[in-house]
Amino acid sequence: MIEGIFVEGLIFAVMAMGILISYRILDIADLTCDGSLATGAAVAAMCITSGWGVPMSLIMAFLAGVLCGLVTAAIHNHLHLPGLLAGILTMTMLYSVNLRILGNKANVPLVRVDTMYTWFRSTFDFMPSAVASLMGTLVIVVVLKVLFDLFFRCDLGVAIGALGGNEQVVISLGMNPSVLKYIALGLSNGLIALSGGMLAQYQGFADANLGQGMVVQGLAAIMIGEFLFRTNRISLITLRVILGSIIYKALMFLGRRYGYLVGITPNDFKLLTGLLVIISLIVASTRTKAAENRARREAVKKVMGGVDNA
Amino acid sequence: MLDIQHVTKVFFPGTVNEKIALSDINLHINEGDVVSVIGSNGSGKSTLFNMIAGTFPVTAGTIMLDGEDVTHKSEYKRAFGIGRIFQDPTKGTSANMSIQDNMLLSLKKGMRGIGFSLNNERRELFRSLLEPIGLQDRLEDNVGLLSGGQRQALTLIMACMSKPKLLLLDEHTAALDPGNARIVMDMTEKIIQEEHYTALMITHNMQFAIEFGNRLVMMDEGRIILEAEGDEKRSLTVSDLVRRFKEIRNKDFASDEELLTEGD
Repeated sequence: MIEGIFVEGLIFAVMAMGILISYRILDIADLTCDGSLATGAAVAAMCITSGWGVPMSLIMAFLAGVLCGLVTAAIHNHLHLPGLLAGILTMTMLYSVNLRILGNKANVPLVRVDTMYTWFRSTFDFMPSAVASLMGTLVIVVVLKVLFDLFFRCDLGVAIGALGGNEQVVISLGMNPSVLKYIALGLSNGLIALSGGMLAQYQGFADANLGQGMVVQGLAAIMIGEFLFRTNRISLITLRVILGSIIYKALMFLGRRYGYLVGITPNDFKLLTGLLVIISLIVASTRTKAAENRARREAVKKVMGGVDNA
Repeated sequence: MLDIQHVTKVFFPGTVNEKIALSDINLHINEGDVVSVIGSNGSGKSTLFNMIAGTFPVTAGTIMLDGEDVTHKSEYKRAFGIGRIFQDPTKGTSANMSIQDNMLLSLKKGMRGIGFSLNNERRELFRSLLEPIGLQDRLEDNVGLLSGGQRQALTLIMACMSKPKLLLLDEHTAALDPGNARIVMDMTEKIIQEEHYTALMITHNMQFAIEFGNRLVMMDEGRIILEAEGDEKRSLTVSDLVRRFKEIRNKDFASDEELLTEGD
């Protein structure tokens, strides 16, 4: 049972890392996620049912997600639509595309086929199957996390970080911001779709409605993570996202299990997730304001010879 | 170096809001010239800078930078030869990144690859560059934690790291308190002198404009109404400028006097 929470949390963390790129690093509220997660699930499911194998299913899910991100970036860059609207457009279109990928069915089960998780269970057959699933997922997520950290510490990754903070800086440095947005949104949705591909294999089916409300859930996970500790190091930021995702999934589990005691049903989860995000935002903004004020005062005292001009 | 020919900018052409921001500007700037640009609000100083940097396209005219026609080049391509500092200290740096990451990006212009170029040698370089503004021990702190004056000083250092051909200083000390404005201004003069930059600086402060650089340009209503250089510029006084401005424009100066300050 407890392993299940961790597996779900880890798969969810891959998606949250994707949302981290668009929402936190690039500072674009990209709703493509709701569509690309299901695209990833659909592509992975179809690859598996067509016998392309597990590694191929994950690679294709990732690439399909990259494509979704590129579409959003193209709409945003060339039609000068706000990122939010560009994402909504892509997400809406993807719903139909996803049904097409699934062969005009809303749901494709993955039964009696080899998935990532049957493979984990047979590879780690010396441990209980739930633990084997957890170990396999953990390995994948750790590898992704390390690659993610490396990417955002390399020159290109730092440039993408600068773009999110201040587009003018990137332009002044002679870089085309549109190109950086293509790369960042592509990667973001690639990760999200990969997460969808893993999720489909874990739960044993792909569903066209899989992505509904995922952006908000991802945000909730990111914000829960941000309560854990303060940092500006990318490796700790991704760690925070992973922990936040697991905590979010644990909260949802508790809600499902004990929620009835206070009259909460799974129907209330979307409302609760939204409220969680709102509360997180309120607490975070109050905390940041106080901390920034403190830090700034110290900095001024230390450097500009004690002239505090605030 | 920089050759501006017949540059005209009309905002919202053909609408009721049509505004001629620049009309037929001609300006030639030689290598090593340091030009201060003055004028009241709405005189077209900032629009001129936006035209040079390529923020908006010109309506008519050509702009040559270092022998190359850049009139139709996008802003990020022109940026290879231009270092621009804005009035707003938050515009020149990325707040949610560390000082060293900001500086790392400023080392060169152009698209980045997947390499890792932050090493100890670079950190040493950054520390030595930051020493004059006392930030050498804060490489890993986020830029957002710095005060406006510190950020603008950092922006200046960063803008010069890639050795641009032309510096555009767009009232870069106007948002700072007098103390910090002085520090940043002194740094600016020092860097320009040591590295022999070609620079244009917009200022509201006529005293600054007279002290700074070898040329002075005064703008009004989208035109250049006064140019002075060399001995002529050195002998100018603030009251000279005000008198010449009145003569040329022959209009009530009262409202503009409030916008142009006469010095510290």
